[in-house]
Amino acid sequence: MAQVEDKQAQGPQGPYSWPSRKDSKVIGKNHERMDGIEKSTGAAKYTYDVNLKNQLIAKALGSPHAHCRINGIDTTAAEKVPGVVDVHILPHAEAGSEIKWQGELLAIVSAESEGAAAEGVDALKVDYEVLESFTSDSDLKGAEEAGVTARGGGKVETVNEPGDDDDEDEWVDAEIERLFKESKHVVEGYYGIDAITHCCLEPHGSTVAWEGDKLKAYLSTQNVSGTDEGFANDLEISADSVDVECTYIGGGFGSKFAPDYWGIAAARISKRTGRPVKLMLSRDQELKLGGNRPSGYLQVKLGANADGVVQVWDSHHWGTSGVSGSGVSHTVVPYVLVPPNYRRKATAVRTNLVRARAWRAPNHPQACAITQTAIDDLAATMGKDSYDVFMANLVNANNEKADVYAEEMKIGAKLIDWKAKWHPHGKGERNGSIVEGLGMALHTWGGVANTSECTVKIHPDGGVSSFCGTQDIGSGTKTVCAMVLAETLGLSTNQVTVNYGSSTYPFSGASGGSTTVGAVSESHRRAATDALTVLKGKVAEKIGADAGTLVASDGRIHVAGNKDKGLGWKEACGLLGLKPLEITRGHTRGDASPLSNSGVGGVQMAHVCVDLDTGVVKMKEFVAVQDQGLVINPVTCKSQIYGAVIMGIAAALYEQRIADPATGALLNAELADYQLARLGDIGDIKIELYEPESERQRGVIGNGEPPAISPVAAISNAVANAIGARVSTAPYTPQRVLEALKNA
Amino acid sequence: MKAFEYTEPRTESDAVALLSEQPGHTEILAGGTDLVGLMKKMIIKPERVVNIMEIQSLQNIEQLEDGSVVIGAAVTLDEILAFPYMENYPAVTDAILGINSMQLQSQGTIGGEICQRPRCWFFRNGTGLLDDKQVVEGDNRYHAILGNTGAAKYVSGSRIGPALIALGAQVRLVGPNDQEQIIPVAEFFRTPRSEHHRETVLDSNQLLTHLILPAKQSATNATYEVRHGAGPEYPLAAAAAELEMDANGIVRKASVVMGQVAPTPWVSAEAVQVLVGKPVTPEVAEAAGRAAVAPATPLSQNEYKVQMSMVAVKRAILRAAGLETGGF
Ligand SMILES: Cc1cc2nc3c(=O)[nH]c(=O)nc-3n(C[C@H](O)[C@H](O)[C@H](O)COP(=O)(O)OP(=O)(O)OC[C@H]3O[C@@H](n4cnc5c(N)ncnc54)[C@H](O)[C@@H]3O)c2cc1C
Ligand code: SF4
Repeated sequence: MAQVEDKQAQGPQGPYSWPSRKDSKVIGKNHERMDGIEKSTGAAKYTYDVNLKNQLIAKALGSPHAHCRINGIDTTAAEKVPGVVDVHILPHAEAGSEIKWQGELLAIVSAESEGAAAEGVDALKVDYEVLESFTSDSDLKGAEEAGVTARGGGKVETVNEPGDDDDEDEWVDAEIERLFKESKHVVEGYYGIDAITHCCLEPHGSTVAWEGDKLKAYLSTQNVSGTDEGFANDLEISADSVDVECTYIGGGFGSKFAPDYWGIAAARISKRTGRPVKLMLSRDQELKLGGNRPSGYLQVKLGANADGVVQVWDSHHWGTSGVSGSGVSHTVVPYVLVPPNYRRKATAVRTNLVRARAWRAPNHPQACAITQTAIDDLAATMGKDSYDVFMANLVNANNEKADVYAEEMKIGAKLIDWKAKWHPHGKGERNGSIVEGLGMALHTWGGVANTSECTVKIHPDGGVSSFCGTQDIGSGTKTVCAMVLAETLGLSTNQVTVNYGSSTYPFSGASGGSTTVGAVSESHRRAATDALTVLKGKVAEKIGADAGTLVASDGRIHVAGNKDKGLGWKEACGLLGLKPLEITRGHTRGDASPLSNSGVGGVQMAHVCVDLDTGVVKMKEFVAVQDQGLVINPVTCKSQIYGAVIMGIAAALYEQRIADPATGALLNAELADYQLARLGDIGDIKIELYEPESERQRGVIGNGEPPAISPVAAISNAVANAIGARVSTAPYTPQRVLEALKNA
Repeated sequence: MKAFEYTEPRTESDAVALLSEQPGHTEILAGGTDLVGLMKKMIIKPERVVNIMEIQSLQNIEQLEDGSVVIGAAVTLDEILAFPYMENYPAVTDAILGINSMQLQSQGTIGGEICQRPRCWFFRNGTGLLDDKQVVEGDNRYHAILGNTGAAKYVSGSRIGPALIALGAQVRLVGPNDQEQIIPVAEFFRTPRSEHHRETVLDSNQLLTHLILPAKQSATNATYEVRHGAGPEYPLAAAAAELEMDANGIVRKASVVMGQVAPTPWVSAEAVQVLVGKPVTPEVAEAAGRAAVAPATPLSQNEYKVQMSMVAVKRAILRAAGLETGGF
């Protein structure tokens, strides 16, 4: 892992900048995914497809109990199963250990075949002592009685200040009381969103092999450059001795940043047996352990002025991130639309569930779902159009994007034909048992460029290759790298070879936080720009021109405005002599740069139908308007948004991690039982990239996560608009819709 | 999956000879879409698997001279959809189309569909089928609202079962010593009393060989399913109805069978009583739906299924009569 030395950016006039919209040949034009054919034909080798000669297949036993003590594990029978080579008891499952969630792996059996490993696992005899468990995360009272709650943070902000002699708590109570009295409209509500699991189609896992003291790990990861350290620390070797590879990954969504203890165990088993070991979680283990998003439940009272602008907000929310408690961070409540006076309080609920992992825009989708629904209920209370109430509340936007949101709202409203279709809550036309409704929500996210380094090699024969330890998590990173190189060097994308997905390449940060497109655009643009400068020098000398007047375009390096005065790319590269030109450049996260930026917004609108007799909700239309600075590749950028919206629809209508209230067992941890949105469930999705010149000038910003934030709130609001009642908790299943109608 | 002996008999009697009379020792493999998953999770661990897909007599689907349709157990669901003489059995094709998955339709067989094990999540997670305490105290949102007073509280999985009963279909079963039976589908499903019983009357050494759909002069039958989404997930509630109406549209005879509500498809005499002697209108259909769910005894979390099942019955009746069902 090399140091990042380059700090050459000098503001917009510096050596690094993006070509204008007019001058761009590749950037901003739709470019098909470069590995699309490999992926759709099955030629792409995912981690799960890696099989090494002489490998052992490892399978693990998971705890059937949500809370238990392990009195001991008898491995005798497992060891005797024909084909079983190794039985490994995990350190946290030694006799006497307490296991705190269902599915936690206890022991790993490695064998010559999958069948033998499975039989070995089945033959393990564990002496469990079952203990009381608590998994009912929405039940605050139950949690308090069980003694599993803790303060999860909070904050008070008021325009007025208490006097020196005032008791602060009493003053705040009185002030908030006063503000509510002063409010023209007051809304009280309860909103929730259940935990969901990441459901990576390719489960977590790896195939590992030792070559002497060096470990090679084929790992399904979003963090190629950073995981070598993860292995190294636990195995007490140096990161240089670990080579992590991942070219294709079947889903991560924030859950695949580390080797995980099962990856470390695979490395230990491999060392002990002297054979490569393949350990991928089974489907139910993936759904139980592979990652989940914290739940959030909120009780709120808000007060607004005559225009519907919220002036005061008083909320208490709770939820769980599993054994660690936490839940949704209080810092994002209320979400984006933050009134001048607020009091927020969060309670963490400790449950017998595995720790949550980052899920596309951690905290934001839940915060949006449990707070922007209250804004919509304000509109319902006022009998006003939700669009107008959201528009009025933009004055409370906490991110200086009010103008952008306003523009995006106008675009969205036009695309969905809001004004023509909107009706007051519950007052729409009824077609038999079918009613329709509209809802909206808005969001924000960072998307800063991560640290990234890239080596560009230009060969004397004209070949160009880049090396960067980034990963393509399906978002089209490889294509973006090629586009940036091609644009910079005046070539087409098939003239450059992009290498990524290996920790032996220059360091590039993890793909999390929507940081990758900025990261690789930075490093590839910088390295290619500086390589081109060297080449231009050689060409200038050869043709007797000033290097400063040269440009690279259409496969030539020539004097600007005069295509003939210059050399073809191959000829120019020939001037390099025998050795290829090799330049490494990078960018450090957080450094100001003319190439990238952070801070995006986005507005989404949903149109749903609801069958009042069955409670079934169906998507009709969904509109997403998203800004993300300069767009490198519109088609893959839009793909991100489609994917995010589909995940959002799934979370709004179908997805739910179901833990049995009696035993804590995860009941739907199979894809046959864990319901997701299907093609027939998503309706018509319309996407608009908001990219006026003002946005383009900001440089590249990631959009992997932000479009996944608003769908749940937008759909909840649309359902409320349709049926005239609030279904409090996502997912808005037929059962919950019927119950809400009954209680309305 | 546990290692097992794989066999591939060519005749019905060879298949029967390979089956054990001891429950759980042998399993029949048809399309495998249900069986293989259960074996992979070690919920069932047969010593021998008998693949019936190479038995010629189970592959046929034909219309006999008397107008009845005989379908071999190994015929796949999409082959049934493609069979030209199905137009008078919309109750069956509606249900097959409801299994909205190309993979299940092309790999799953009719025999396997009828014999599939319950979708109960306790059973599928390996904690047993008849331990009713776990259902009563646990999450029972998808469990039975009818016929649930005994140990069995799961719902029958078969999506086509209600239609077959409504149509008066029969199944042919064969067993050891060339023993052969033809029984109504209504008698085929049963609620097990112990873990050794299956969810049908089939003994572990018997094979379901054919399904016989009686001749029909008209298509006044239908299945309606309340589905959460467009995937292959099971419906939340379902019903099949068959009507015989006179020239004035008055119901003379009817059959209404609910799915996803009880450990077997649930025949509703109450609904039939409401229907007979009346013309089918939305009001009558709704009254029949209400009568059908009147005896419901919902569990702690599945009250909502009562309303949904009422709607399913109502809409199945309307659809069978060729009227608008409402809904999506
Ligand atoms: C994700 C998923 C979703 C599903 N969704 C649905 C759904 O919505 N609706 C639905 O109805 N089904 C559904 N199924 C269940 C089932 O797979 C299908 O119904 C299918 O038709 C079963 O047929 P098969 O031939 O694959 O059965 P198999 O798996 O081969 O067999 C199923 C069972 O029947 C027994 N059996 C098979 N044939 C015979 C026979 N001739 N005589 C005696 N016993 C026999 C087997 O031993 C086994 O116990 C789903 C399955 C999955 C995995
Ligand atoms: S994605 Fe679906 S169809 Fe394709 S192989 Fe997997 S299960 Fe089969």
